[in-house]
Amino acid sequence: MSIHSLFDGAPAHVAPAPRLDVEVPARAPWSGVVRKGERLRLIDSRGQQAVDTLFYRADDFAERYSAQDTLRVQGSAYISTGTRLISNEGRVMLTVVADTCGRHDTSAGACSCESNTARFGRETKFLHACRDNFVLEVSRWGMTKRDIVPNINFFMNVPIAENGDLVIDDGISAPGSCVEMVAEMDVLCVISNCPQVNNPCNGFNPTPIRVQIYPSSGL
Amino acid sequence: MDTIVEPTEADRAAMEAHRARYEALKAAGTGAAPLALPPPTGLAEAPLDPARIVARETVPGGWYSTLRLARGEALRLIDTAGSGAAALFAWNAADPSERLNHADTVKVQWTTRLAKGRVLLSDMGRVLLSIVEDTTDGAHDPLVGVSNAAGTLAKYGPGTFRNGRDNLVQGALKLGLSRRDLAPVVTFFAPVIVASDGRFAWGEAARQAGAFVELRAEMDLLLVVSAAPHPLDPRPDYAPGPIELVRLRTAPVAADDPCRTATPEARRAFENTDFWLAG
Repeated sequence: MSIHSLFDGAPAHVAPAPRLDVEVPARAPWSGVVRKGERLRLIDSRGQQAVDTLFYRADDFAERYSAQDTLRVQGSAYISTGTRLISNEGRVMLTVVADTCGRHDTSAGACSCESNTARFGRETKFLHACRDNFVLEVSRWGMTKRDIVPNINFFMNVPIAENGDLVIDDGISAPGSCVEMVAEMDVLCVISNCPQVNNPCNGFNPTPIRVQIYPSSGL
Repeated sequence: MDTIVEPTEADRAAMEAHRARYEALKAAGTGAAPLALPPPTGLAEAPLDPARIVARETVPGGWYSTLRLARGEALRLIDTAGSGAAALFAWNAADPSERLNHADTVKVQWTTRLAKGRVLLSDMGRVLLSIVEDTTDGAHDPLVGVSNAAGTLAKYGPGTFRNGRDNLVQGALKLGLSRRDLAPVVTFFAPVIVASDGRFAWGEAARQAGAFVELRAEMDLLLVVSAAPHPLDPRPDYAPGPIELVRLRTAPVAADDPCRTATPEARRAFENTDFWLAG
């Protein structure tokens, strides 16, 4: 077999098929391991849907995503192409390599029944929230609430003003927007497809997202 | 294909009602709320009353300390030389799975500017600490966190320079906790500004010798404080100033206490706290 026949009908620049391609329903959690070199792609299928995301080092969950270390290393407040997602031990966990949305938040954390009461009133306590998704999902991996730290909010628009004002604004993520990152170590990814209906992070109407994992390019 | 359930007419009405409520809360949270806060403390105001002092300790620049605070006690942090920084993390002493949540603190209060009258929230929607005095008008950092060993080596070169991350780990473990129990911190006396393009800037002019912050514990707490240099401190040599920790008795909290009443969000967080601690 000649080298040419290996590529018949498949130019080398075409991405391989994903090894995992799942829809995460509106309001639901998801978790899975992304191996070093693999690419994780999150797709905001319908637009304006916050995807609350945490990462843990696959062989030592005590090492996990750190919002502050990520911003410290980057020197700026928002996540987009080129952002290195840094662990609490100062190591690069993943690098954002593509982003058609443009800006993602990591300062506003996840919604919870408890914080909802302070933000929106006691009547909002008994609504499904990201923290409940995270609690269920990390418990499947032997972790507890102690292991849930402030997360990344992909596709969530949280501008911070010079005077410190911080608001959840209407999402800037169009239907089909995607963000893609390469794992720099084996990581467990834990997602809450945000159920919040009290602010614009989901356009007041939570919708499904897609999670895809592409094999290492081998390069 | 993705599973889509289109909203009904009733759903759309609910969405519009939620949007209207959110817009009203946002307008109040970024408009009326900051105006309702008490003014910053003057440097000569709120002098330390020796009768209030339970204990005090000076943390040398670069070092750390741990302490506990009973509900109703306060911790005054003093930047004696105007060149210190105090990174703080706190846990509910009765259940350390409840701890400081920097994200909820800034999101619920619509601001990263943690000035006098603001509160520090736990992950459970409750108030851990109230900022009852602050001479800096909120020149603190809830976003960037602390240095670590690699960052400190890169910035200051080889040497025995202590760093914030290791300080916090040492403090947590001495309280019987672990690395898993640490999360993002709030650093006092660290004037970080977010520019319009998202870049961080440092407002050195906001630092002042003798600046202080006083934090009232709203439940029994465990705390760690690191006095390592803030990672954005532009000073090229390693010379962090000391942080004085003064543990204080406080007067019973009045019904019209500014931290409890300044904003609807704080009022509701205190309702959660009172509900939990009732009886």
